[in-house]
This record gives sequence, C-alpha cells and structure tokens, in this order.
Amino acid sequence: MSVPSPDKGPIRVLVVDDEPQIRRFLRPSLAAQGYEMIEAASGAEALARAGDSAPQIILLDLGLPDADGVALIRSLREWTETPIVVLSVRNRETDKIAALDAGADDYVEKPFAMGELLARLRAALRHRLRLAGETPVFRSGELTVDLARREVTLAGVAVKLSPKEYDLLRMLVQHAGKVVTQRHLLETVWGPAHVEDTQYLRVYVGQLRQKLGDDATHPALILTEPGVGYRLVSEI
Amino acid sequence: MSNAADRSDSRPSPEALLAEAAREGRGRLKIFLGAAPGVGKTYAMLEAAHRLKREGVDVLVGVIETHGRAETEALVVGLEVLPRDRLLYRGHWLEEFDLDAALARRPALVLVDELAHSNLSGARHPKRYQDVEELLGAGIDVYTTLNVQHLESLNDVVAKITRVRVRETLPDDILERADEIELVDITPQDLTKRLREGKVYVEGQAQRAVAHFFQPGNITALRELALRRVAERVDEQMLDYMRQHAIVSPWAAGERLLACVGPDADAVAVVRATRRLADQLHAPWTAVYVEMPGHFRLSQTARDRIAEALRLAEQLDGEAVTLPARDLVEDLLRYAQDRHMTQIVIGRRPTSWLRRVVGRSLVEALLLRSGDIAVHIVPLGAAPRRKLNDFSWPALSWAAYAWTTVYVGGAVLLGHGTERLISLPSPAPYFLTAVVLAAVRHGLLPSIFASLLSFGAYNFFFVDPLYTFTVAEPHEIVSLGLFLLAAILVSGIAARARDQAEDARRRMKIQGALYDFSRKLATTVGLDGLLWACCYQVAATVQGQAVLLLPERDNEKDRGGLRIGNLRIAGAYPPEDDLDPADWTAARWTFANGEPSGHGSATLPTRVWRFEPMKTSRGLVGVVGMRGAEGPAALDPSTARVVAALIDQTAVALERDQLEGEIAEARVLAATEKLRHALLSSISHDLRTPLAAIIGAISSLKLHGDIYDAPARADLIETVEDEALRLNRFVGNLLDMTRLEAGMLAPKRDWVAVNDLLASAAARAKRTLGHRRLTIDAAADLPLLRVDFVLMEQVLFNLIDNAAKYSADGSEVVLAARKAGESLVIEVTDQGRGIPTADLQRVFDKFHRIEAGDRQIAGTGLGLAVCRGIVEAHGGSIRALSPGLAGGGTTIETVLPLEAAPKAHKEPAHQERGA
Repeated sequence: MSVPSPDKGPIRVLVVDDEPQIRRFLRPSLAAQGYEMIEAASGAEALARAGDSAPQIILLDLGLPDADGVALIRSLREWTETPIVVLSVRNRETDKIAALDAGADDYVEKPFAMGELLARLRAALRHRLRLAGETPVFRSGELTVDLARREVTLAGVAVKLSPKEYDLLRMLVQHAGKVVTQRHLLETVWGPAHVEDTQYLRVYVGQLRQKLGDDATHPALILTEPGVGYRLVSEI
Repeated sequence: MSNAADRSDSRPSPEALLAEAAREGRGRLKIFLGAAPGVGKTYAMLEAAHRLKREGVDVLVGVIETHGRAETEALVVGLEVLPRDRLLYRGHWLEEFDLDAALARRPALVLVDELAHSNLSGARHPKRYQDVEELLGAGIDVYTTLNVQHLESLNDVVAKITRVRVRETLPDDILERADEIELVDITPQDLTKRLREGKVYVEGQAQRAVAHFFQPGNITALRELALRRVAERVDEQMLDYMRQHAIVSPWAAGERLLACVGPDADAVAVVRATRRLADQLHAPWTAVYVEMPGHFRLSQTARDRIAEALRLAEQLDGEAVTLPARDLVEDLLRYAQDRHMTQIVIGRRPTSWLRRVVGRSLVEALLLRSGDIAVHIVPLGAAPRRKLNDFSWPALSWAAYAWTTVYVGGAVLLGHGTERLISLPSPAPYFLTAVVLAAVRHGLLPSIFASLLSFGAYNFFFVDPLYTFTVAEPHEIVSLGLFLLAAILVSGIAARARDQAEDARRRMKIQGALYDFSRKLATTVGLDGLLWACCYQVAATVQGQAVLLLPERDNEKDRGGLRIGNLRIAGAYPPEDDLDPADWTAARWTFANGEPSGHGSATLPTRVWRFEPMKTSRGLVGVVGMRGAEGPAALDPSTARVVAALIDQTAVALERDQLEGEIAEARVLAATEKLRHALLSSISHDLRTPLAAIIGAISSLKLHGDIYDAPARADLIETVEDEALRLNRFVGNLLDMTRLEAGMLAPKRDWVAVNDLLASAAARAKRTLGHRRLTIDAAADLPLLRVDFVLMEQVLFNLIDNAAKYSADGSEVVLAARKAGESLVIEVTDQGRGIPTADLQRVFDKFHRIEAGDRQIAGTGLGLAVCRGIVEAHGGSIRALSPGLAGGGTTIETVLPLEAAPKAHKEPAHQERGA
C-alpha cells in the first residue's frame, strides 16, 4: 500500500526507542512500506534529530531512559506540528492520556503487530493532511458526514441526530482514525464543567452507535479504547 | 539450688554430666587454701605460676597482696602484672583489681589473691569472688588464695573459736566449684615462728586480737577445719566421679532439712548451721520463713533481716520459701510433712524464767508435735532481747483514744441511765462492750487503754464508796480484778481478730492485684499494652517506678559475645526514656547473667534501681527494673513474691507473644515456599513452552526457509505469532498478579457500558478463540457499571481465554450479562471438560491447575487468580459452577455491585437533523 505523501518522496519517520532490537525489526518493515527511518535512542537525541532531519512523523517510546516521554512531547510541540504516535504498554492508561493531552496524535500498545502500527501511522499522517487541505465530507463505509452542511447519512438515508449526538460525531470525524480522549470529548461537547461526567458519554455513544447502525457488542465504527476514549474507524 | 538435691539421688544424673559439660567452656579455678594468714598461700601460688609460665602458659598477675614481704615480692618479678584500677573513694585514690582490663587482656591464667576481699563500693561487684566468677565465665583460668575462716558456713564456728569475727565472707559453694584445691599447710609452731619474725600480716586487726587469733589452740582448730573442708571436697569429687560413671552411691539418701528463719538477728546463724548439717548429710535443704498475721506490723529492719537470711540460704545453695500461716507450729509441721522433711533446724536461746512459767516456747511446741521429724536445735549465744522496735508500733492516733474515751463515757452514762429501769447486778457488760468496740475499731493499744479506763470508771462510778477510787467491800475487789482480766483478754482476742482480718484484706488485695493483672494480660492486645500493664503493676506494687527492658531486635543474633545484649527501654511507668549509665550496666549484666543486679543484690548493690531477669523455660526474654519513689524499692518477702509473680506472668506472656510471631512467620515462610515452588514450575512450563515453539519455528525458517512451500512458511510464522501472544498474556497476568499483591492495582473506577466491556473483551479474545463460536447475550439497556474498564476487560478476557483453553475447537462459548437485583451478573460458559467439584474453589488459587495426567494444558495458573483479585477489588465475587449453565462444561459467574448512575441530562430540545 502506498503512503500519501505531499512531495511524493519517501516519508521520513523518526523512531525514538532505546531498545536496539525494536529499531532493528522496524527498519526493514518500514522501508518496505516506503518510509525512510531515522533513529534516536534517547530523548536528547530525539530532539536533535527532530530538529536537523525534519521528520514527517515521529514514533516515540514513552519509556526512555533519560527523559519523560510526556515532557518530550511538550517540548516538541513548542515548535513543531509533526504528528507523534507514542508506543506505550497496557495498564498505563494515565500515561497514554497524558501523552495525548500533551499533543501526541495517537498511541500503539506494546507489543504491537506491524499492521496495526502502519495503520496508526497512516491515520496520523492523513489527519495532518486533512487539517491542511480541509476535506469537509467524511466517508466511512455507508456513513457520510458532511461537516460543512451538518448532514449525516447512512446508506444515503438521512440520520436524525440530537445536537449533542452530532457534536460528538463531529469531534470523532474531525479526528477520524485517531483516538480522542473522553476528557477531550466531554470538554468540547458538554463543556469544561462536565469533564468527569463520563456516564453522559457512555449513554450518547450508545445512542450514536444505535443510530449509525453499529452493533454495540461488535462495534465496527465507533471503537472503544479501554480507559482512554473512542476512535472512529475511517476506512472500512 | 541443686547440687545438694542431686546428691540425694543415687541414679546416674544427667545433670552431673551437664554440669561437667558446662564446665567445658569455663575457666578452671584453683584455690590455695590455708588455715590462717601467713601460711604461705600467696607464695605457693606464685611458685605455681612461675612453673606454668616456664611451660609456656600465658600468665597474668591480676592482683597480689605482698604486704611488703620481700620474698613474695621477689617472686612477682618476671611475671606480667596487670596495672590496678584507680578509684576515687571518699577523697582518697585507692587501687583495686581491674576486672575489665583483665577480661580485655584475655590471658590463659590470672592470679587473683585474697578471694574473700571486699571490693570498694562503686565497683561492679561488691566481692572479689564475683569478679573471679566473671573471669571464669569468660573462659579464663584463675588461681586464687583463701583462708578457711572466710567461708560463710564456718563464720560462726571460727568466731567462736578465735573470738574474732571475720567480716569478709564468701559462699561455700565457691569451694565446691573449684576445680582444684591445694591446701597450704604448716605446723602451728612454724606459723607462730613466722608471726614472731613479722612475716605475717593480718589486715585491720588490733595487735591484741592478732595475738589472740594466733594462739596455738586456735591455729590447731582452724587447721582442722581447713583439713576437713579439703577432705570433704575430696569426698565430693569422688561422689561426682561416681555419679558421672553411674556407680551406685554408697550413702543413704532421703535426708531433707528445713531451717526455720525468724525476724531476729540470729536467723543467718540458723541458716549457716543448716547448711553445714546439710553438707555433712548430703541432704537438700530449705530455709522457711513462716509469715504470721503480724508480719505487716514488723519493722523494716526486721523484714530486711528475714530477706537477708532467705537470700543467704539461696546463696548457700538452699531453697528459700516464705510460708503464709496462721498457726506457726501447725503450718510449719504441715509444710515439713508435705515436703518429706526429715529434720527441722531451729534456733533457741536461753529462755527467761517468766517465759518458762507463762508458756511453752516454740521449740517445746515443735518437739511435742513433730512426730517423725527430728528437731535439730541450734543454741544461740548470749541472746539480745527482742527489741521493742522490732515492731513498728502503729502511729499514736489521738483520735483513737478520744473515741475510746467516748465509748467508755457512753458505758458510764448507759450504766447510770438504765440503773433505774432495769437493775443489772453489775455494769461490767457495758464496759466490756466499750472495750470490744475499741479493740475492733482501733486495735490492741486503744483497747487496753479502754480496759484500764473502764476499770477506773467502774470503780469510780459504780463501786461503793461512789466517786472515789477506794473500794469498801472485799468481793468488789475480786469482781473489779476479774473485770480487768476479762477486759484485757477480750481486747487481746478482738485485736487479734482485727489483725487477721486486716491481714486477710491485705492478702486479698495482693491476690486481687495479681488476678487483675493476669486478666489484663489475657485481654491485652499487642505487645505495648502488655509491657505497659507490667510496668504499671510493678510500679504500683513497689510504690515507685518500673522499667521494662527488652533486647534490641537487630542485636539479638550476636548473643554469646562478651558484650551481650543491647537493651532498650520497651516500657516504663511512670514514663521514662533513659537510665544512668551505671544502671544500664547493671541491667545489661542482669540480662547477660540471668541474675538480679542493683539494690539488694550481689552486683552493683549501691544502685537505687534493682533489676530482675525475666526468665522462661526458653531462656531470658528481658529485664525488669524497679525502684521506690524516694529510694530503693522495699522488697520484703510478700512484696518480692508479688513482684516475682508479676515478672513471671509477663515473661510468659512475652514469650507467648514472641512464639506467636515466630509461628506466624513460619507459616508465611511455608506459604511463600509453596508459592515459590508453584511459581517455578509454572514459569518453567508456561514460559518455556511458547518460547520453545517460537525458537523452534524461527530456527526452522532460518535454516530451511527456502525449502518450505508458502503455506508451510505461513504456518510456522503463524505459530510464532500465536506463541508470542500467549507469552505476552502470561507476562501480563504475572504483572497484574504482582501489582495486585503489592496493592498497586487500585481500580480507577469510571462509568462503563456493559456492552462496551463485553465487546472489547470479545474483540481481544478473537484470536485465542480460534474456531469456537463466541455468543454475546446481553440486553441493550443494561445499567452502567462503575468499574475500572481495563481491569474488568482483563477479567472477561481471561475468562474467555480460559473457556477456550478447556473446550474443544468448534464448540460454543457464551458471554452473558444480566441485571439481578442490585448486582450485575456476568457469566462465561463453555462446553468443555468441566471442573471436578473438589477443585471448584481452588481454581482461583495462584498457580493452581487441574492435573490432567499427561495432557497438560498450556496455561498460566494465574488467569483465574488475577480475575478473583480484580473482582474482589471491585467489591464483587466470582465462583465456578460445574457442570455449567449449558448442562455441561463450566460456567464462571462474576457478580458485581451496581451503583445508582447519575442520570445523563436529557437535552431540552431534541432537535432532529435530516438530510
């Protein structure tokens, strides 16, 4: 599969991980997918590489020996909008959320399958492109969301959504393919006073799934990211 | 006690063997025994030391008193001499044997002259023989010198022979404990000659006394004593030998002696005499003090004398007993009979003619009723009268006498008032009532006062001629006299009854205190409460302060060194957190030696504090210190008994506490051990199996990758991926378990839609399910759960994973959720083999896996344990049902509490949007 690229050259990906064997197995796989891999084994090196080799996307391991991953994301975000995908382990949801809040675009759980990592990288890249080129109509399978006209159709049939349901869907669409933290959703849809009221979110996500024809026990459209938030599947 | 007790028994004694073994680590003691000063003991000792030094023994002169004798001084030359310790004593620098330096120097042999020497006050031990004990205990051999007159039990005899009382005495058993005794003997003629030549020095004695002491007759007598002691000692050695070699002993066993100790100054003489007798008879002996109701009225000096006599008995290897009694003779005899005593030793001094007329002496009463028991009478010399101040007279209470006067006045008024109504022949009953009232309420003296007063009043108011003290009729004299006699007898009896009642009350109080204490101990929770209760009770008993010292835990291991046991104050009443350095020394000494120290003991007796060891059958557990409010604690026998009981009870309770701790520790250790085994086997199996598959598949691909066709390669690669994922799950569970046990897996609760949870777990489990069908059975409108999404998803994943593992490929696994009352029930049902009933509980234990013969299913043995940990952390419960809900297989049922979810606000205007 080819990678969307603005300048048609290979995409430079900066892999920040202190484990050499991880970098070793990523190199051939990424190269096969048309990426050019730049390596950094520490936080300091990551900052230097991000500055001098201008990567188009950064894959960052949160557990670095010399730096706090979240702090590193913050200092990167001070001067660059390059998409960042973090690598994290299960059971460290707070780390993931902190990384996302600090400006990371998405996360992949370690250990990961290559296919999943590539999908996340693509989604993050596409999102940046979309932000740049603004595509107001989102399509995923039979679902179409026209953000400019505030219209939602499912297999050509208009879907009636309440304002909150629509706002929720719009947030997910704007970050399609990427995880959106529940805090972010609550803050934007219900307001800063309701960031703890996760039960609203559960109820509305349920309603939204029902209206969009997504099976609650086997969701294929709005995926739950345990302990973190939701993700709208962008390519079916 | 017990050397003596052993001897009464002819069986081969393990204790004798033990004593021999105990001697192994100790230094050897050799005593150069002489009959009198000047026989050349020091000289002989130094000669022996030179001989040993030539043989290469490390000899150190600890202390030698040469008394300026040139020949003795010459012999010291060539030996290493330990510098003396200089002590400031009453403004003078005095020199003393330096025990600590000798211990630190650790020679093979130390020479310590004058074993009977008393140390300066302020030294660690009051007597030099105690220093020697410590040297021996440290494994250092000691040579020492001793004159026979210094032996405790011979003290009286020597004093009688020579009319010189030797103050520096030491217990006889030091002689018995000596490994060797060398008698240094010269003839009386030679000794007299040496005396004339000025070669004999007798410390602190006036010239005249010295001359008297060294009379040939005296010397001969002392020589005989010395020779006899050595001969006895040889005898004992032979008996010891026979005992160790199980040779039946030749003596008649069975003699037991009982020494009666009273509050008079001669009590110690009776104790010494009994000891001598016991030695000759090879009999065990006991010193008994019979505590009569009047005991509490005895003065402090009298009580101290009793305590001293009993202590002496213990020092002389006897047993010391205090016997509370009401009838001296009867209770004493009963005790003697109960213990199969064969002889009672009692002191007697010449009685006055008055006593002989008035009543029988104690000795006579004993003789009359002793039956089989022989009574051995020790004549006590010129008897000092029992002093009036042996009794502490009750403080003169003016109120008591005022009241007494009122009673008698009342009797007079009543007598007069009723005279006209009823004509009693005599007013005596009124007065007797007043006397009894005075006796019962105020004791003996006021009642005697009442008797005399009544006698006067009777005479004055009721006997003609009235209002004079003269008596007209002769029969009136008789009736007045009889009245006085009756009044005094009555007051005596009534006062005695009162004493007994008070005594009983006091005893009740003591018993009550002990009972309270044992109840307190039984209900006390925790060590601190126990320590506090002990300190409080001891402090209350001695009416002062108490501290409880326990060994510092870290230092407990290095016991056995010279600096044994570092103690810490574990409890005190009133609260106290430090002691004087000298008191610390005393306390540590007590802990190291298991003997009391401080006031009233043999070690550091000048201290105000007294320290008692807390002993149990397993050894020493601590030290209790006590003192009075103003000075040392007054420990008369009854108080000492209470304190000893308190300390014993506390020691036992402490030991119980320690034992409980040790048992709990052992239990934890055993459990840990079992878990470690399970963990090791689990890891070796569950970690290695997937690794074996991965390494096998990868190495095949590396080696023959090109010969395999595409499907084979894909298959191998699939195997690697599956096994790697399984390894990942195992590690995940291991981590979760660790976190659960470390208490680090606190659920981060949040509102969770049940369907979301089921879907998420099902999606994750897709791969492990293989071709098994997973059916989710849940209503869309289930209430929200308030749980940690990630942890609960892990639970469901593990349950599905488990169901898949134990059921056939192609079978169905059902994941169902329903609301039941205030709970949400989630069931995972498989159609597998099921679980034996016996294992239904245990499947949730760590590393438990149902044994399945050869067919070991690769699992972690952790999955269900993690599930239980997480579910319980959420306040829920989990159980296994087999056969399961489907009629076969297994159902694992998880029940989680439901919380009332806050309602999500309805949107005010439901604005619909359409295309």
